[in-house]
Amino acid sequence: MNSLILKTAAKYIAPLLFLFAIYLLLTGHNQPGGGFSGGLVASASFILLAFAYGVERTQNWIGISPVYIIASGLLLACGSGLISILLGQPFMTGIWITFNSLSLGTPMLFDTGVFCVVLGTTLLIILELIKEV
Amino acid sequence: MEWLFAILVGGLYSAGLYLMLQRNMFKLVLGMCLVSHGANLLIFTAGGLTRNLPPIFSEATSIPSQITDPLPQAFVLTAIVISFGVTAFLLVLVHRTHKTLNTDDVDDLIKTDLQ
Amino acid sequence: MKTLIIFPIIIPLFTASICLVSNKMPRLQWFFVWFGNITYFLVALIFLWTTYHGNIYSLQLGNWQAPFGITIVIDLFSSIMLVITSLLVFCSFLYTRSMTSREEFRLGYLSLTFFLMMGVSGAFTTGDLFNLYVWFEVMLMSSFVLMSFGGEQRQLEGSIKYVILNLMSSAIFLASTGILYGMVGTMNLADLSIKLSMIEQQYPKLIVSSLLLVAFGIKAGLFPLYFWLPASYHTPPPGISALFSGLLTKVGMYSIIRTFTLFYREIDTTLQNTLLIIASLTMLIGVLGAVSQNEIRRILSFHIISQIGYMLMGLALWTTSGIGGAIYFIIHNIIAKSNLFFISGIINEKTGSYYLKSQGNLYKELPILSACFLCSSLSLAGLPPLSGFVGKLALIIAGIHAGAYITVLISIMVSFLTLFSMTKIWIYTFWGTSNYKKEVSAEPEKSLFFAYSAVVILALLTLLLGVFGETFIVISEKSAQNLLQPLTYIEKVMEY
Repeated sequence: MNSLILKTAAKYIAPLLFLFAIYLLLTGHNQPGGGFSGGLVASASFILLAFAYGVERTQNWIGISPVYIIASGLLLACGSGLISILLGQPFMTGIWITFNSLSLGTPMLFDTGVFCVVLGTTLLIILELIKEV
Repeated sequence: MEWLFAILVGGLYSAGLYLMLQRNMFKLVLGMCLVSHGANLLIFTAGGLTRNLPPIFSEATSIPSQITDPLPQAFVLTAIVISFGVTAFLLVLVHRTHKTLNTDDVDDLIKTDLQ
Repeated sequence: MKTLIIFPIIIPLFTASICLVSNKMPRLQWFFVWFGNITYFLVALIFLWTTYHGNIYSLQLGNWQAPFGITIVIDLFSSIMLVITSLLVFCSFLYTRSMTSREEFRLGYLSLTFFLMMGVSGAFTTGDLFNLYVWFEVMLMSSFVLMSFGGEQRQLEGSIKYVILNLMSSAIFLASTGILYGMVGTMNLADLSIKLSMIEQQYPKLIVSSLLLVAFGIKAGLFPLYFWLPASYHTPPPGISALFSGLLTKVGMYSIIRTFTLFYREIDTTLQNTLLIIASLTMLIGVLGAVSQNEIRRILSFHIISQIGYMLMGLALWTTSGIGGAIYFIIHNIIAKSNLFFISGIINEKTGSYYLKSQGNLYKELPILSACFLCSSLSLAGLPPLSGFVGKLALIIAGIHAGAYITVLISIMVSFLTLFSMTKIWIYTFWGTSNYKKEVSAEPEKSLFFAYSAVVILALLTLLLGVFGETFIVISEKSAQNLLQPLTYIEKVMEY
């Protein structure tokens, strides 16, 4: 597709979409959102770029193969569950650390893992489809 | 409200099955989507339809008289994620098959059954 | 032990992720493959040992209490299945190691097989119906991709049939979990067992269990629902077909046994008769289909269906010896049937065809392979002293004790027909004159050492399973006893 309007718009919208995806990921624990929806929105931002500028340039921007994103997400999600085993709790028990009012925990790590897996899988499938059309 | 959802689920199932019985492969994918939506709504309905009630409450407060069951929503969410993945795969598969076989008619897929 | 419970799921997941990352380094990748496989096997063996001595282990994921969270349970039945899974996956890796080494194949094959293994072991260890659905999907997704891997025309056709019918079964499974949740408000299998036994009316329970029977029946390949199986199992590469034939239908069978023994404290006669009729028809139709085929892998695919009938017959008898026989039969069948698929792959490698008519005289060229084939195929037909004989004998004795004479008669008849079609393969492929021309290809001949070792290992296991049949029958009957008296299981899960 070669459209000036889409190219110009994508340049601004794609980063915003990605930012929104990160926002969804971070607020997911207490509000609507989370790893899955965040990952979908993030992949939507890359797919927008792929529509505007072509698959190859998008792949260059992403830098690594989506397979690696999937693998790292899986390791992260699974590793977040293992932390609780080290502390003597059953697998996937939520472990939280609180700094003042900010609490960080393993569910967030898990969500980030899910984010990566969804991002990777969607990119893998849809980039393949766009390439063939 | 339940009866409305029951009709909706039935409608989704029948529409999905109707589409799946067509010869066209793309309609097969659409039918599969509708059936899985029907199943999701079925879980949602079977878990009880309640509005504006708390799903989670702390141990300190007394137990409210009416609560929402959070589990069906978790089930449905999981099922949606799974059906998303499955549909994406199915689309790629159908697309590949269409490109390789040059047909979108399910009846042409007989090579595996012939000797 | 509490920590180890999660390992059968985590090990394949980790290994799969590492396989994805380390594809550029084949040596490292294979190291992790073997490492993951052997650790898994050791963990499974530990569980087999401890559960045999009467322990049942349960773990509440994320520390959520039993009926609300996800429970992972390992009892004797699960650990038997875990051990067999790891053995089969090990052999399948050995086999594919020598069959192919292309990079893209490795990337997909290794990691997807581990994902499949994760799904399968998740299904074997979960104590939650909805979680079972999720593991089914994990297993199916990886099997979908494995089946269409390579994208040949026949593979794509086979995949479409496989995928659509299996998705339909998943949708039915999902609907039945929804109805069940609406009925009793829980998804935990142990809790379901308690709550369902308190329900007075029979009909809602019957509806849900028949929905579940249809859903699992499609996956297991029971009589009216098996059509996807012979249409698709012969399309992927033989290493993958062998893995599927060994694991996937058996997971369906495992789920039927697990859910029905928990949902019904005592089986009612209508259900029992229905199960017996389905079992007899599955055996009969499967073997008749096999007799009419001329392609090795299609013959074997039809035999999968026929053997599933024996397992269902064991469950339908609803006695310790019946279910014990079914469990023994599952073990025997996984080993023997996968081995036959492996052998068909080697035959294809030698003769360039899967069709019986264009083979022949392999006995002279490949004596070891012929011996292994004879061992597995006669075991499948049920000749002593091989494993199939022990399994069938146990089932037939149990059937006579339970008074299911017609089913017993059919099962004996089916054995003869199985023997007939195995002899057919033997005569066409291993005896006679060679009807194939060996093509002189430019590629160097593949070393089939690893493939042979996989085949020999499985053939020896078949022999071992038959010769020490008594021991294995004792183990199977013990796990059947646990299944028929689920109170310990329930207590362990609910942590009273």
